[in-house]
Amino acid sequence: MFEGVSIVEVSGAAAPRNLYAAPNAVSKPVPETRNVTAPADTADARWAECMKAVHRDRDRDAFAQLFRHFAPRVKAFLMKSGTDASLAEECAQDVMATVWRKAHLYDPSRASVATWIFTVARNRRIDAVRKMRRPEPEDLAWGPEAEPDPADVVAMQEESTRLAAALAVLPEKQRALIEKAYFGELSHSEIAAATGLPLGTIKSRIRLALDRLRHAMQRVDE
Amino acid sequence: MTIKHHLNEPLLMAYSAGTLPEGFSLVAATHISMCDECRARLASYDAMGGSMLERCEPAGIGDSALAATLALIDGMGSELGQAPGHPVVGAVLPEPLRTYVGGGVDAIRWRSVGGGVKQALLDTAGPATARLFRIPAGASVPDHGHRGIELTLVLRGAFRDETDRFGRGDVEIADEHMEHTPVAEAGEDCICLAATDAPLRFNALLPRLAQRFLRI
Repeated sequence: MFEGVSIVEVSGAAAPRNLYAAPNAVSKPVPETRNVTAPADTADARWAECMKAVHRDRDRDAFAQLFRHFAPRVKAFLMKSGTDASLAEECAQDVMATVWRKAHLYDPSRASVATWIFTVARNRRIDAVRKMRRPEPEDLAWGPEAEPDPADVVAMQEESTRLAAALAVLPEKQRALIEKAYFGELSHSEIAAATGLPLGTIKSRIRLALDRLRHAMQRVDE
Repeated sequence: MTIKHHLNEPLLMAYSAGTLPEGFSLVAATHISMCDECRARLASYDAMGGSMLERCEPAGIGDSALAATLALIDGMGSELGQAPGHPVVGAVLPEPLRTYVGGGVDAIRWRSVGGGVKQALLDTAGPATARLFRIPAGASVPDHGHRGIELTLVLRGAFRDETDRFGRGDVEIADEHMEHTPVAEAGEDCICLAATDAPLRFNALLPRLAQRFLRI
């Protein structure tokens, strides 16, 4: 199942994982960096600024900040899904390289940076570990005006923060169930029990954005 | 287009988590291409996944990994400026189904399964199979039950069964407790995408025999 991994295992096996255990300080973004202006209220706003700098200026310092925060989490996410450490690290590098390559597709009014990177990591897992294709819905044409409405961006970042807070205070049993759904296989009935999640406001916000988009596209068509 | 029958929460969540078999994912993704409501619900489940990622206790990863990734980046081209392909507006087969078929309705390679009903198997990996059905207007699919779960997404026309009417964009979710006889509405052949994770269970002898040869 894991063919093609052996090369990585050889190079990865020499280094005990603890040696590289990232201290928390490393994972915190440095707020004032060249090219990265951070008017941030939320952590996600800082990451969004980094994404912008990667997209616009191909800024490697900004990318390094994203990498130090997200690569260890992507690796952990893949390991929790049952991937061995060396494949997880290889995939985490692929995921971050994709983040660099597709930075222009990231839209902060539609998703937080963590959410967007989650979708990249999930797709990598399906491809590399489950050996399946990932059929994706048609992307909506979001028009040539690439700049999203700042108000939408702030609203999305606030919703993401709120969701994280809601998750943090969820009863342990329910949170464990959700984690199981995202990290591994869960039967339909188990997932059914895991629903009733605090997703309503994010959904209505995205729904609103989609309605506005459809409306705008109709005007263009006329 | 008004879609009445949507993906349920477990399916959306599993599609977001990336744990569905490919055949079910194909139905989910094709429905979402047609349904803003489910697109928004999916985005909220993705947001949940983002929070899960953020909550992960970071695994050890060295600065050498950063250097390796930067080297990876240097070795590859940029996709800058490459916009996603324009969807074919209003096509009977939306993406990602078009990719699996290799084009639109005309590209489907139908095979007869009797009673005027035609099917075309699609190439998907994993424990679920996906196929297109074409049911002549007014005709029925043989009365059958399910060993596992069957998802049926209407692409053209409409069908009715014991539960309700299903038109374009509607998805019917049938489990092992359901026995039904879908009948295509008069006027137009019904084309739908169906995925099952176990063979169907036909109630009449003849379809049961045919099943072995037709891989339904």
